Amino acid sequence: MRDHIQKDQEFQLPVSRFFIAASLFVALMLDWLPWQGIWLVFRPDFVALVLLYWCTHKPYHVGISIAWAVGILADVADASLFGQHALAYSVLAFSGIVLHRRVLMFNLHQQTLQIFPLLLLAYAIYAAVHWQLRGNIAWEYFIGSVVSALLWGPLTILLQALRRPRDASDQL
Amino acid sequence: MEHNQPLRFFNRGPSPAVRLVFFALLSLLLLFVDVRYRYLESIRSGLSVLVYPLQRLVTAPSNLWHEVDAFFVSHNSLIRDNAELRHQHTLDVAQLLQLEVLKTENQHLRNLLMVQRRADYPIQLAEIMYVERDIFNRKILLDKGTQANVLAGQIVMDDSGIVGQVTRVYPWMSEVTLITDKDHAVPVQVLRNGLRSVVFGSGDTGELALRYMPISSDIQNGDVLVTSGIDGTYPPGLPVAKVIHVERDPAYPFARILCAPIAGVDKRRQLLILSALVKLPERPEVAVETATDKPKSGRRGSR
Repeated sequence: MRDHIQKDQEFQLPVSRFFIAASLFVALMLDWLPWQGIWLVFRPDFVALVLLYWCTHKPYHVGISIAWAVGILADVADASLFGQHALAYSVLAFSGIVLHRRVLMFNLHQQTLQIFPLLLLAYAIYAAVHWQLRGNIAWEYFIGSVVSALLWGPLTILLQALRRPRDASDQL
Repeated sequence: MEHNQPLRFFNRGPSPAVRLVFFALLSLLLLFVDVRYRYLESIRSGLSVLVYPLQRLVTAPSNLWHEVDAFFVSHNSLIRDNAELRHQHTLDVAQLLQLEVLKTENQHLRNLLMVQRRADYPIQLAEIMYVERDIFNRKILLDKGTQANVLAGQIVMDDSGIVGQVTRVYPWMSEVTLITDKDHAVPVQVLRNGLRSVVFGSGDTGELALRYMPISSDIQNGDVLVTSGIDGTYPPGLPVAKVIHVERDPAYPFARILCAPIAGVDKRRQLLILSALVKLPERPEVAVETATDKPKSGRRGSR
């Protein structure tokens, strides 16, 4: 699908596909931790955050197709309806790709405010699908989007830091 | 939007919008198929085989913590527990003897009355692998699946009462919908006077609702609800819930009755799966008057 990938901007850090896959994998694992009770309410959606990170920083590496596939995996693990996470993550990836230049213009604090509506949109889609099909809605679910948005800064710093030393060893 | 588009020197395939529409439609199609038909269960269980080892891996630390915790239980408390359990055991044995006598007597009486005999249910012990992380669903995953002959529709309980029902079975695990799930209904009977009703989950932990009960119905605080066994899914006589709040407002046609589940729906790690499904004879075609007692036989057909 993405058959010819160039380094689009030379001042951006290069990245290996392996690293992208590993980060998504770790995010899925974090989402699958046994969250319970009050922690479940505050659970950030790590997968959505990492997807959004890659969609804004490397829009030609990670696209809607990957977001969709990850969403299907999340659906299986969460026993939610097939396509529920997939739909939310596809829309999230799309909005991230469309707005990536705009988001990257800002510093980290402002970025948090910029990506919060995107996360909220993804959460709203997930909740709306559930509401349409099952007829109930849990408002505390949206607390997760706030927590996720707050984690955007730390996550960006972490991923940037991990990407920097890797390029020397991975790129041969 | 014009300046947001990258200059198209290279062919990068379809634009994001086209891809979004494609994948959104695909998701909606999957959603529709998943809700309406049950074709996707095999794909789901196939993918779950892939996901299962990872889930085990992720839950390993917390399991390890529980094990370490259990290992360092102090000597004293072990001795105390042991004494307590011995005490309980002697009491239970005495009661069990009485039960045996009562059981044979009951069987005998039932034979005399020509009533269908009650079955004994084989029981399987299963451990909670983990609790659903989806805040909308009240579901848990147990570590027994089709490999251990678990079937969808079987009842899950703990030592004090009903916890839920197996709704989906994978090769090595099974998904249990708790009685507190919004979609779940259990046909019950008030232990005190035999009043029949249906108790619904409210989506909240620790709360069930008894709906569609007239204001005049004889229900008090502290009434114990047991399964009536009328639906053919739940065996009769298992404790389900206790009434904690009754509100009779003449402005509404029905009383507002809240109950608390008797079983530790959210507390246990080990649960019991009742392995036998009760087989009732086929229901006759015209049976309109029992419509209230049979809301959903196990919520399988009703989704």
